[in-house]
Amino acid sequence: RAEWAWPVKKTLSKTGVKNIVLVDGVRTPFLQSGTTYADLMPHDLARTALQGLLNRTGIPKDAVDYIIYGTVIQEVKTSNVAREAALGAGFSDRIPAHTVTMACISSNQAMTTAVGMIAAGQCDAVVAGGVEFMSDVPIRHSRKMRKTMLSLNKAKTLGARLALLGSIRPAHLAPELPAVAEFSTEETMGHSADRLAAAFGVSRREQDEYALRSHSLAKRAQDEGLLSDVVGFKVPGKDIVSKDNGIRPSSMEQMAKLKPAFVKPHGTVTAANSSYLTDGASAVLIMSEEKALALGYKPKAYLRDFVYVSQDPKDQLLLGPSYATPKVLERSGLKLADIDVFEFHEAFAGQILSNLKAMDSDWFAKTYMGRTSKVGSPPLDKFNLWGGSLSLGHPFGATGCRLVTTVAHRLKKEGGQYGLVAACAAGGQGHAMVIEAYPQ
Amino acid sequence: FCVFIVAARTHVNYELKDDVAVVRLNDPTSKVNTLSKQMEAEITQVMNEVWGNAQVKSAVVISTKPGCFVAGADINMIKACKSAEEVTSLSQEGQKMFEKIEKSPIPVVAAINGSCLGGGLELAIACQYRLATKSKKTVLGTPEVLLGLLPGAGGTQRLPKMVGLPTAFDMMLTGRNIRADKAKKMGLLHQIIDPLGPGLKSPEERTMEYLEEVAVGVAKDLAAKKVTVDKKKGLIQKLQDVVMGFPFVRKQIYNTVTKKVMKQTKGLYPAPLKIIECVQSGVEKGSSTGYQVESENFGKLGMTAESRALIGLYQGQVACKKNNFGTPERELKTLAILGAGLMGAGIAQVTVDKGVATILKDTTLEGLARGQQQVYKGLNDKVKKRGITSFERDATLSFLTGQLDYSGFQKADMVIEAVFEDLAIKHQVLKEVEAVTPAHCIFASNTSALPIRDIAAVSKRPEKVIGMHYFSPVDKMQLLEIITTDKTSKDTTASAVALGLRQGKIIIVVGDGPGFYTTRCLAPMLAEAVRLLQEGVGPKMLDSLTTSIGFPVGMATLADEVGIDVAAHVAEDLGKAFGQRFGGGNVELLKTMVQKGFKGRKSGKGCFLYGAKSKDKQVNPGAEEILKTFKLTAPPAVSGNEDVQYRLICRFVNEAVLCLQEGILPDPIQGDIGAVFGLGFPPCFGGPFRFVDTFGADRLLQKMKRYEEFYGNHFTPCQLLQDHARDPSKRFHK
Repeated sequence: RAEWAWPVKKTLSKTGVKNIVLVDGVRTPFLQSGTTYADLMPHDLARTALQGLLNRTGIPKDAVDYIIYGTVIQEVKTSNVAREAALGAGFSDRIPAHTVTMACISSNQAMTTAVGMIAAGQCDAVVAGGVEFMSDVPIRHSRKMRKTMLSLNKAKTLGARLALLGSIRPAHLAPELPAVAEFSTEETMGHSADRLAAAFGVSRREQDEYALRSHSLAKRAQDEGLLSDVVGFKVPGKDIVSKDNGIRPSSMEQMAKLKPAFVKPHGTVTAANSSYLTDGASAVLIMSEEKALALGYKPKAYLRDFVYVSQDPKDQLLLGPSYATPKVLERSGLKLADIDVFEFHEAFAGQILSNLKAMDSDWFAKTYMGRTSKVGSPPLDKFNLWGGSLSLGHPFGATGCRLVTTVAHRLKKEGGQYGLVAACAAGGQGHAMVIEAYPQ
Repeated sequence: FCVFIVAARTHVNYELKDDVAVVRLNDPTSKVNTLSKQMEAEITQVMNEVWGNAQVKSAVVISTKPGCFVAGADINMIKACKSAEEVTSLSQEGQKMFEKIEKSPIPVVAAINGSCLGGGLELAIACQYRLATKSKKTVLGTPEVLLGLLPGAGGTQRLPKMVGLPTAFDMMLTGRNIRADKAKKMGLLHQIIDPLGPGLKSPEERTMEYLEEVAVGVAKDLAAKKVTVDKKKGLIQKLQDVVMGFPFVRKQIYNTVTKKVMKQTKGLYPAPLKIIECVQSGVEKGSSTGYQVESENFGKLGMTAESRALIGLYQGQVACKKNNFGTPERELKTLAILGAGLMGAGIAQVTVDKGVATILKDTTLEGLARGQQQVYKGLNDKVKKRGITSFERDATLSFLTGQLDYSGFQKADMVIEAVFEDLAIKHQVLKEVEAVTPAHCIFASNTSALPIRDIAAVSKRPEKVIGMHYFSPVDKMQLLEIITTDKTSKDTTASAVALGLRQGKIIIVVGDGPGFYTTRCLAPMLAEAVRLLQEGVGPKMLDSLTTSIGFPVGMATLADEVGIDVAAHVAEDLGKAFGQRFGGGNVELLKTMVQKGFKGRKSGKGCFLYGAKSKDKQVNPGAEEILKTFKLTAPPAVSGNEDVQYRLICRFVNEAVLCLQEGILPDPIQGDIGAVFGLGFPPCFGGPFRFVDTFGADRLLQKMKRYEEFYGNHFTPCQLLQDHARDPSKRFHK
């Protein structure tokens, strides 16, 4: 085939479509929730990421046209966390900001919204990012209690107020906790992941091995200083945090001791082969190529085609990458073998392995995806080589930007040309994006 | 030296997975597994081999049929028995087989996916450990009582020990199906497994594999003593155990349960009482007595007319859940219903959740709102009972469109009208519908008495016109009576039956005529009931006389439920059509009641008063006044309680047999099913035709002749009945 004849792969630039580039990307260290960030608020983390981006790129504070953030569990006081963070980060107060949410692909949505705005000619430079803060989540009064409290506001007389207070029963005092569960099916994500792993026949051992790989690779990347997107953070009243703190390569024996966390007693998903609750924020600077060049930047990568997919939130909750990968490759005219760098979001080891098996199955491609054949399974020697969500941590809203920045960095380090990001998200949704290295 | 035993086993085989014997059940001749002689013999054979194999440390019993573990004992095996002793010995064989499994030297795990009923449950509870999938198809239960039998393979002995006395009685006396999650809570199951979605195989196939994998794991752990078979008991269960330790408490329970059974069955069904006896014997006198009483009682019940009747109904019902008219040419995608009343909305209720786009049209916003609320409520009640999620409810409701006009009817594949029972109105809507629907669209009328050919008279496409007679409340009543005219095409019939089956209905297909089959049988009996009221049998007495022979609802209450106005309407119409034979009661009595506003439950007054929430129903004094003005003298010779009951039954049965004679009914099976499931004809008789077989046509004839002397041709036996009376070898059921 002709492609093999060329030493350099073709560029994915399309006529009539603007070239959009990633100038740079940063993130705060990702910390296990309840650790050093415990007393902060979400916009503090987001602000830190924005400041880090300002410092790293040196972009003038008024050169940005728009700011978009992704987040999942919202702090009600800062529901437009993008705006609150931008104001404190020192950006001009003339830059509009909005917040998007799409579960674990929220910051992917922030980035693609930015790409859309630039492609449409409405903006030239946009900051996109994501933040998640699991050390504090909104715990609410029960619906009945809220109703009573709201009625209290309206009660005019002391008698009416006392009557309302008297109607409160102990059961009304039970709080409502947010759960990492599907609203539509009431199934927790871990439970669904366990069923998915069982459906694809992924064993406990395979999952533990994959989790161990993720932690080991993350450790090596950290030790070798490859995680250069991390910016240090002086937490008020505490030390400077400069490293992710959830990377803990264990041993198979240790991991085997854990009991299943969701499906009991016969399940295979455990705390050790799942991603953990994480605090963190990320940010990227996206521009049209001309703008970036005009400002004197050397962009890191082109952001090319992207797709969103969705499927049954019950039985295919976490199969987004399997659906998104062939679709985005088709849009770009690429084959799986053309991709040099894969960065997939690791929600659960079982979820990753199930997706790899699904992508490698002709039967699945034909029966469920309406395709003629399988797309193939990404080779592990190109796959999540600097760790993944299992080991680095997974602040829901912030992971997408980390994946894209990591692809850009890996392309540069490994000398590849094309990278692929893919992720699953609650609601049975998924996303994939093709990234092309910027010519050296 | 080695011996090969050539065992031509077809139903049961086993495979070794390490040191676990996986015993697989699969009856190749049927969609479901039943405990037939063959199956039992092979299970025994295989288990003996397993026990004889020193390598085997534990075993798993599993079915390879998706959706069915074991659905029960083979009914035909019981039906084929000629004596109680034969049935008893069947029970004893089952008892022995399961006792061996219970006392197995190695742990046996039952891995259940799909129906685990009757003998299937008895097999499962004989095993040491049970796990099941949480699939919607997985149900556990002891439905024997519904066939007039009892769990005869140790069920009455093991269940009380497993789930406690009260729950065991509840299970065995109601025969209800229990879902896996509930069964786990009750202590019937040790472990449940969520069904899997798509993977590298179909969800069903992989779920079965997974069940087996988990079961094998459990079996190994049991053998290695890493897991015990003891279930953790909750506080309430522990308390219950303590309380049940007192003999006087148990005695109280036996008494209460017996009273309740007598109240509900009027003593017409022997099985529930025998079940209580078996449990009591086992608990109080020890299991060897218990087993003996169980097998003897099983034998006795197997020979009762009630059991034969109930089995007949069960098999008839299975037969009436098939489409004998072939596959419809078109798949029904859109159904329009005219009239959002109780009936129209009821039809919508059983249609929207089958993925059929359903248009519900009414003429007023109020009517439409009421109808839509009915559909919503039906679904929401399921959410409350955790049968479906709120999202499934919402998604289901998205299939329903409520409207006042005919928009969208150009997409309708079928229209069912449930408008007022008036031929002129039916003609009007038929014309309106045909003007807006495509040529392939079927027009079905949900009339309860108007002949379909009269409705079809104004149709441009009479081959597309059919009757679909639903029963109220549609979501509860299982029967659908489909009426074909001589012009109705086979494909139209096939489509109507296909829709009915999707709606979960038991279907009878009958010929056209006034009142078709069901309404036509009901009318003379109602006329007789009116006659009895006129002769001074009060509404309460009438109710008690009819419920005591097994009608689920008393005749006076039934009239109130149906509506006195509807009854008057039907009585008048059918009276005109069939003449004197439908006489007896005076239609004017009903009409006078309607004039006074006594239309039955819906108007708050009928034969009885409604509204006040008192338990004891009060007779409507206004109705009593009217009864007095229509008073007739009762002939003492035929007015004893028993005669009153037989008079009602005779008129029903004679009309049913006449329907068969005239070809309205295609066969006695559909006649029995229609009468029991549509009209509440006493199930213990198995329907009018089985009643004639059991009671004897000649005996019935003698009674009718005697009543004929007093009442004339209301009681003249039809020719077919006379034929059967003359020749005792003639029977409706073989």
